[in-house]
Amino acid sequence: MTKAPVSVSWRARNDIASRPWPGTTREYDLFKELAVGLVVVALLVLGLSAVFSSPDEPTVTLKSWALTDPADFVATATTELGGTSGTAGYGPPYNSTPDATQKLGPIDLQSLSGVRLPIDTANDFVIGPLQTLPTPPGAIDEWTKASDTQRASWTMAYGDALSKAPDNDPAKVPPGDYGPVPALAGALLAMAQQGTLDPVLSARGSFYNTDYKASILFLGDGGYFHGLADAQHLTGDQWGMMNETGNYPGQSWLWLFSALYQVEPFKSSPNADVLVVLSMVILTLLLTLVPFIPGLRSLPRRIPVHRLIWRDYYKRR
Amino acid sequence: MTADRGPVSAAEDGEARFSTWTGKTRGWALRRLPPDKLLPEGQPSYVSSWIYVFGMGAVAAFVYILGSGAVLALNGPTWFHVSGLGRFINSTHLWSVELFFMFMVIHLWGKFWMAAWRGGRALTWITGMLAFVVSIVTAFTGYLLQTNFDSQWIAFQAKDALNAVGVGAWFNVADLGQILMWHITLLPLAVAVVVALHVVLVRMHGVVPPLEAATSDAQLRSAAPIPAVDGEDMK
Repeated sequence: MTKAPVSVSWRARNDIASRPWPGTTREYDLFKELAVGLVVVALLVLGLSAVFSSPDEPTVTLKSWALTDPADFVATATTELGGTSGTAGYGPPYNSTPDATQKLGPIDLQSLSGVRLPIDTANDFVIGPLQTLPTPPGAIDEWTKASDTQRASWTMAYGDALSKAPDNDPAKVPPGDYGPVPALAGALLAMAQQGTLDPVLSARGSFYNTDYKASILFLGDGGYFHGLADAQHLTGDQWGMMNETGNYPGQSWLWLFSALYQVEPFKSSPNADVLVVLSMVILTLLLTLVPFIPGLRSLPRRIPVHRLIWRDYYKRR
Repeated sequence: MTADRGPVSAAEDGEARFSTWTGKTRGWALRRLPPDKLLPEGQPSYVSSWIYVFGMGAVAAFVYILGSGAVLALNGPTWFHVSGLGRFINSTHLWSVELFFMFMVIHLWGKFWMAAWRGGRALTWITGMLAFVVSIVTAFTGYLLQTNFDSQWIAFQAKDALNAVGVGAWFNVADLGQILMWHITLLPLAVAVVVALHVVLVRMHGVVPPLEAATSDAQLRSAAPIPAVDGEDMK
């Protein structure tokens, strides 16, 4: 006689799984279990906290960046002026750079919001902060009066010169047609090194502000920030999404999200983020709706881990 | 006459009949989840495995997350940088979160291999998954609130995935004020509500029996015969 396969259906029917258990029972005190659980977890939490504490790597500031790696700071300020930085070419929600968005075939979710958090890198990161100085540099006038073409030419020439200079040191850049760019970048460097750029970029003309996107985007456009993250094994190719500074566990539950970024076709795709998010949404929905998916819901029957879980019950059948 | 009748009357079978909305709601709740089902003193004999403690372990860890989080919230997100006590409370917050996720993931996979959605328990499974997903978002916002290098880097990196799907314009990970409100009000409330619903559903439906439980089992032998199930949904 062939034994009927065990049902893994979610439906409530007139079977053992659907009816109140009519068999033998055992004493089981839920509140006692909760109380014991609270004590055990408290001991674990207190013990782990006392022994390992928690990570707290200090913030990186524009000041610390400008003091530690002035060459990188000046090169980044130049790209912000020239509109060639990562932020300048990002697209929505910061600006409307053409063809900058990630797409899913013809679907462009990134553009749906429009430019809702506008960032003009030249004005917001360089010119605007310099104008808050007691004596703004005269180079601002030359910059504001120049055409877009002229500005692009100056920043490109200075950017090239910086990349070719020994140690990318602005002081070792040969003379050239850079217009006011060296003066503007130099003034911003001095402002940052004095510690006055941090509050100006954070507050953006207000007294109260909780939005740090300008500072974070500016930091992210440079190489210094990425270098620090790399040293703390936090970058994408280091599975950084699930890591934490130091030797602490991070968001390990994001392992699959992080893993997808390590493999093709996601790894090299210009639309990696939207593809990974979509994949994770689909996988999460599959797991959530597994009771309704034939085949998937049968896995517990085909791979009998339940024999281990209920081994006492099966032993006494 | 209606005026002479109280809001509760007894039908012929002796069961209470309610006429008000409040009474009907009470009647519905009592029918679906009578007190001995909500707070039982016993469980079926098959509830005998270490796997069953992890759900309760996650609830216990959640209690400490809320407690330590409340202390951190009362003192502000930068307190733990300058206070030894703050650092310790922050540590308990971190480790209770790590334990919470560890317990929840073990609980989730345990329930998967038990096919715990059987017998009308699909919503219990779905609310459990929902609790897991909302907890991930809650933890993510907590990492953004550390006001240290880690939160700076996470804000810089995470914006790309959120912007790519059009969410970043409204869920601005670099806006400390916005993220703080999500983390200390909306999201913990959402986790608490979903977890509470999940626990109530578990109590309503009871713990799922073993996959191969049969009426011939010694532990069921005294029970009345149960009609054989048909062959549908065996896939």
